[in-house]
Amino acid sequence: MPTKLIVDCSTGVTTEVELTAEEIAQREADAAAFAEIKAAEDAAAQASAAVAVTLAQVVDSLVVQ
Amino acid sequence: MALTYQAIATVTVGSGGAASMAFSSIPATYTDLLIKISARHTTSETSNDILATFNGSTSSFTARRLYGDGSSAASDTNARTIGLTVGASATASTFGNSEVYIPNYAGSNNKSYSADQLGETNATLAYAILNAGLRSDTSAITSISLAPASGNFVQYSTATLYGIKNTV
Repeated sequence: MPTKLIVDCSTGVTTEVELTAEEIAQREADAAAFAEIKAAEDAAAQASAAVAVTLAQVVDSLVVQ
Repeated sequence: MALTYQAIATVTVGSGGAASMAFSSIPATYTDLLIKISARHTTSETSNDILATFNGSTSSFTARRLYGDGSSAASDTNARTIGLTVGASATASTFGNSEVYIPNYAGSNNKSYSADQLGETNATLAYAILNAGLRSDTSAITSISLAPASGNFVQYSTATLYGIKNTV
């Protein structure tokens, strides 16, 4: 069972408690939503990196010529 | 020097990991809050977002972010994003670092925050992010919870809450 760490700022005491059913549902929804977003952003970043490498190779070839 | 910057509390994750780190009963005696986060999480990606919950609520959040990944820059509007954590594909024993500033947290206006976030890793893909966030709710912030968008925080992840005063 996933747990959360809570520090009470008025006492300084930290407690570890199990997530509620609502918190577990929110966590699962977050994971699904952000996995989709993350995959799209990482794919876009890798595509940009590939374009940058290609451009660098073109520039290199022009310099050599 | 005036005592205007004071550590209120720290949470450190133990060997069993944790789904979230939270601060409760935040006193209303400061003008602003600052949170410093150092975090790593269990899932296999290089990095992921840390998501905020204020006063037990995940609603009414919006955000605007600018980020660079080492080769390109972009932006997005992913709500509730407040920090960055690195995952199991990041360089071993590295952590994502974030600093979050929340002005006027106990006032009666909507609650804005700004954050800068870095993924500490030697991987090809490493993010640096600037974030402007808002929760459209006028209640004073009395509790804040931080959770990775996937997996659990690993051991030695920490979050420290500071109170900022503009007078002694």
